[in-house]
Amino acid sequence: MNVKAASQKSGNMQRQKRINKTLLLLLLISIGILIIVPLLWMLSTSFKPKSQWFLPEVYWIPKTFTWENYEKILNNDTLPIARWFLNSLLLSGTITFFILVVDSLAAYAYARMEFPGRRPLFALLLATLFLPGVMFLVPNFLTIARLGWLNNYLGVITPALAGVFGVFFMRQFFESLPIELEEAAQIDGATQFQIFTKIALPLAKPALATLGIITFLGSWNDFLWPLLILKDRALLTLPPGLRTLQGAYTSEYGQMMAGAAITAVPVLLLYIILQKYIVESVQTTGLKG
Amino acid sequence: MTAAGKAEKRTLLQPHKRTGNPIVPYLFVAPHLLFFMVFVGYPFFYGLYISFFQYDFLRPDATNFVFLENYAKLFTPDSVQFPVFWNALGNTVEFVFLSVPPLIIIPLILAVLLNTKVPGRNFFRGIYFAPWVLSAAVVGLLGFWMFQSQGGLLNYYLIQMGIEAPRWLSSMPWAWVSILLITIWWTVGFNMIIILAALQDIPAHLYESAAIDGANSWRQFVSITIPLLRPVMVFVTVITIIASFNLFAQPFFMTGGGPAQASGGGATEPVMLRIYREGFERNQLGTAASMSFLVATIMILFSYTNFRLFRTRE
Repeated sequence: MNVKAASQKSGNMQRQKRINKTLLLLLLISIGILIIVPLLWMLSTSFKPKSQWFLPEVYWIPKTFTWENYEKILNNDTLPIARWFLNSLLLSGTITFFILVVDSLAAYAYARMEFPGRRPLFALLLATLFLPGVMFLVPNFLTIARLGWLNNYLGVITPALAGVFGVFFMRQFFESLPIELEEAAQIDGATQFQIFTKIALPLAKPALATLGIITFLGSWNDFLWPLLILKDRALLTLPPGLRTLQGAYTSEYGQMMAGAAITAVPVLLLYIILQKYIVESVQTTGLKG
Repeated sequence: MTAAGKAEKRTLLQPHKRTGNPIVPYLFVAPHLLFFMVFVGYPFFYGLYISFFQYDFLRPDATNFVFLENYAKLFTPDSVQFPVFWNALGNTVEFVFLSVPPLIIIPLILAVLLNTKVPGRNFFRGIYFAPWVLSAAVVGLLGFWMFQSQGGLLNYYLIQMGIEAPRWLSSMPWAWVSILLITIWWTVGFNMIIILAALQDIPAHLYESAAIDGANSWRQFVSITIPLLRPVMVFVTVITIIASFNLFAQPFFMTGGGPAQASGGGATEPVMLRIYREGFERNQLGTAASMSFLVATIMILFSYTNFRLFRTRE
């Protein structure tokens, strides 16, 4: 084979590679558009006046841009969506805070402390990890009813704190820390609680952040449990609120999409800011879970 | 980690003579354990107990101990519950069979495409995963609007292309197709990033030496990628089956479980929606508990079988 033919061949291969790369890029972009379309359509509809919802042609950009869908749902006393937004924020924040406290305390003991009952207790937690949520629906609803916590945030918060995932996640992290620092503190006379708060917890910040983000997302998005527990419209969170919205605004799609956008945009913004973090935490917890 | 490595790494802090207090560990675990016992441990038994009662939430005085009658109802063809329960369970199983193949294959393809040196791959990964951060309620409401016959986005384009558009949400099989499509849109990114993480863990030198041996990319994919991906694919399959089994919000928002069937029950009503309606719309918590227990048993048996299979192969 002469030199010219060889260089032509490698030139061909290079061209082929470039073409492949371009095709791949085009494919990835098309899939990306498919993924984004429903979200854009949601926003687009939410800014359209009613006269443009059912036009026989697609207008991605509203012919006349309007805030009226948002105004309507924000100024409706029977469907207080601004209140729902605050409720969601408050409730998700509270659940996240208490899960971080309760789970890291328990996880630290299971990771670092020797006490009678440690192994069987932990095995018990582990055994429940694979129990399907459906079996807890009826009995927990009745427990909450008997405690008088129907229509009360305690009825949403307390069952959320019973989960075992956070305990596993934090325990795994605590065990991965080098024990020498904690031993040194112990020799210096620190109590177990001091070692936990002054040494272990500060080192666990990345894990706490990961667990915090996942917990917050999960609580913000939770639909079925708050739907069962919260009946009073003023107390609803956004996801069950959307159900009420769907029922109240029959075929008022602009208002429905405005409600969906109010629920979706905060988590999407959170996702854009913390994307790398969220993706990585799902990858690690997904693989271990 | 090797056994020796494991033995070397100490994880337990020995209690200190002066500062160690045997009560302290219990104080650490107590808050979580309290919630756990009340909302996980206790309901495990309480749920079974309730399923032995005829129990109307709005008429607690009329509560009756009926023992296994609630279960018998589920197996007696002329009971109120029999046709709707089995219809719904059948629907859920059908959805599992319909949804799991695309929810495995599409993410695998996407992950392989993104595991190349294509520019902007993190950007694409970010876009594909984005719908997963949304609430099921948002997804359901979006699907409800996208698939409307009047004004729905899909029908615009279908009509433009001269295709006669079906009534997506109120006719079969299109109601299922709508639910399936919106579910794929919602969760495809989750499976993708898990598979992608596993792909990125495959050492590059394996491909390099295969390339030196003259293996083309398809051959490399079949002989290296697929076998090394097996554990994660099994894992993704299992969690996807469980997730599909839990289908609830999409039909709840989009079809209401309909369209109705002559034989009773809705054509897209999944078993979770049936349990919700039995327990929280009809207020029959006893029968709802028995349905839950039966469904949970099926799911546990399934998980256990998978766990065993998974164990013995590894």
